[in-house]
Amino acid sequence: MELSGDDIVTQFLKDEGVEYVFGYPGGAVLHIYDALFRQDAVKHILVRHEQGATHAADGYARSTGKPGVVLVTSGPGATNAVTGIATAYLDSIPLVVLTGQVTSAFIGSDAFQEVDSVGITRPCVKHNFLVKDVKDLAITLKKAFYVATTGRPGPVVVDIPKDITDPNIKIPYKYPESIKLRSYNPVVEVKTTQIDKAVDALLSAKRPMIYSGGGSVLSNASAELRTFTRQLGYPITQTLMGLGAFPEPDPLNVGMLGMHGTFEANMAMHECDVLFAVGARFDDRVTGDLEKFCPNAKIIHVDIDPSSVSKNVHVDIPVIGDVKQVLSALSNAITASKRLPDTQALKNWWSQIKDWASKDCLRYDRNSALIKPQFVVEKLYEVTGGEAFVTSDVGQHQMFAAQFYKFNEPRRWINSGGLGTMGFGLPAAIGTQLGNPDATVACITGEASIQMCLQELSTAFQYSTPIKVVNLNNRYMGMVRQWQEFFYDSRYSNSYVDALPDFMKLAEAYGHVGMRIEKPEDVEGALKEAFAMKDRLVFMDFITDQKENVYPMIAAGKGHHEMHERELA
Amino acid sequence: MQHIISLLMENESGALSRVAGLFSARGYNIESLTVAPTEDPTLSRMTIVTSGSKEIIEQIKKQLNKLIDVVKLVDITANGEHIERELMLIKVQANTGDKREEVKRQADIFHGQILDVTDTTYIIELTGEGSKLDAFIKAMDATDILETVRSGATGIMRGESSLRV
Repeated sequence: MELSGDDIVTQFLKDEGVEYVFGYPGGAVLHIYDALFRQDAVKHILVRHEQGATHAADGYARSTGKPGVVLVTSGPGATNAVTGIATAYLDSIPLVVLTGQVTSAFIGSDAFQEVDSVGITRPCVKHNFLVKDVKDLAITLKKAFYVATTGRPGPVVVDIPKDITDPNIKIPYKYPESIKLRSYNPVVEVKTTQIDKAVDALLSAKRPMIYSGGGSVLSNASAELRTFTRQLGYPITQTLMGLGAFPEPDPLNVGMLGMHGTFEANMAMHECDVLFAVGARFDDRVTGDLEKFCPNAKIIHVDIDPSSVSKNVHVDIPVIGDVKQVLSALSNAITASKRLPDTQALKNWWSQIKDWASKDCLRYDRNSALIKPQFVVEKLYEVTGGEAFVTSDVGQHQMFAAQFYKFNEPRRWINSGGLGTMGFGLPAAIGTQLGNPDATVACITGEASIQMCLQELSTAFQYSTPIKVVNLNNRYMGMVRQWQEFFYDSRYSNSYVDALPDFMKLAEAYGHVGMRIEKPEDVEGALKEAFAMKDRLVFMDFITDQKENVYPMIAAGKGHHEMHERELA
Repeated sequence: MQHIISLLMENESGALSRVAGLFSARGYNIESLTVAPTEDPTLSRMTIVTSGSKEIIEQIKKQLNKLIDVVKLVDITANGEHIERELMLIKVQANTGDKREEVKRQADIFHGQILDVTDTTYIIELTGEGSKLDAFIKAMDATDILETVRSGATGIMRGESSLRV
């Protein structure tokens, strides 16, 4: 088949099985947009800002496990996409971002809408490419998808100069079915010696702890993680990125760990003698002060990326490999060993953990006359039967969502954990809804975050994505305010969101349903009413307690055993 | 401790900036970096001289290996016997009879070659390990040195062990 570059792009995407492209047109990609117009296999979702395109593709990728695809123009199109690319990079999300570039002959001349996209994105992509010849276009796109989706996933940028997609230059096209790169070999064979060492350490433990992260979700290892954890009967804690890989309502789950983790999870981390870290990267928000991290533990670390091992914390037994394969190998090896965990030690350990848990560290004032944000999330959990896909922005509401929505399944909790990108939630919800058309999708946000990508309400209207926006409106940048209260003597410098819009009217102006809820007794009714509107986006503006804080909290530089706790009368 | 890391990478535009960018983004030291194509024109060989604790060097190697363009890598310092060489061109003042004598004598001791001679200057070529070049510079009167150019170190493992695809 003879095709020009613009048609090669669309034909390739079709052949690759791409369902949606999230994008925004502009000069350098107009040939590609014309090719999109000529076909209907690949559906284009027109966003209102390129940041929204990357977040929407990201939400699609996180919720479906398939790569998200983005198409933006050169210059500002590419720079606007950078925040979303970096967001995906920090959380290892597979994205393929096609950026238009000025015509090859103009590169380097400071042409209109020219920016060095490969240079700008280099530090926040898994890899990037500049296509220099139309003959390399299809193979480069194949490489991009291959690199983005294999090994430790991540975003890949393909920069395509306008002349490469010239409709007048036709070349033979054949979809490249497979690809091999001599410099990139993502398939790792799991070393049995390491499996044996890990099994021995696990079964010798007196106070074991399983610490599971986003890698368990990315590797689709939920079933293996459940089998492994239940086989041992060990306590498990999950990171912000890992929630749901192991069902949170399960009695073996001791809750999230880290800065806003539960008392029992953090204390168990501090006191454990064997730590089994899986698909987690010892992020500073998880570890707290490295000097005080798991002081008595032998550490086993399962990860597909060798550079994650012993990066922040020294690891005693590294097991390099795909989490799914390693967990399954471990389960088999445990069974084959005919050894059992130390039942008596485990009984004592669990009784200690139950004792910590009896503190009820997530308690809050349920008799408040003001709407507590935790209460809204709890009610959301009830009304959606715990089965919703929940996206969030960044700040207090994100932590309340993570603490109070008990995820049963992986890929349901969609948030920007690594980069912490405000503005992520709404466009991510659009991508999530498109990827899961029959699912219930909620976006938990705050009045500050939502305004960072608010324009995507228009995209949501255009594509009829019936997202339920739960706006926890406390008229403050809540997490900033909390830090200012704790560490800056309550000097609330620029954290008050003055002159807020009327969100109800705003939602209506975009064609959606708006609601304002001001009393705790109205919360449940409003949620039920909103979720009954199956085909509408409903924006619920909950006016919440301004001074609510997220507890427990480990301040920066403190250890897991040094948490701030809530004091209640 | 100083380490010499040799690597083979795809000879593509931007490959060098990925390595340089990695070092600056993660705050690693680069003491020198050299790169040139190999007998296989699709591959470049890069030699990086860096320093850091055992843990840092381990991370540097892992991060370099993670770069998609890097085909293969070896820490030749940690890998047993190796040969290290650096080239230096140094221009010194030689404007009196005494100085001309002295510089010539030093160059001979260090097995240097005089490449260029004028009434007032000599250019000397010297190869060896970095420490030898340092010693030569030290042997010169600092005020006589007009210019030094060093290539940065390259290295190769002794015997059968080779870095190849």
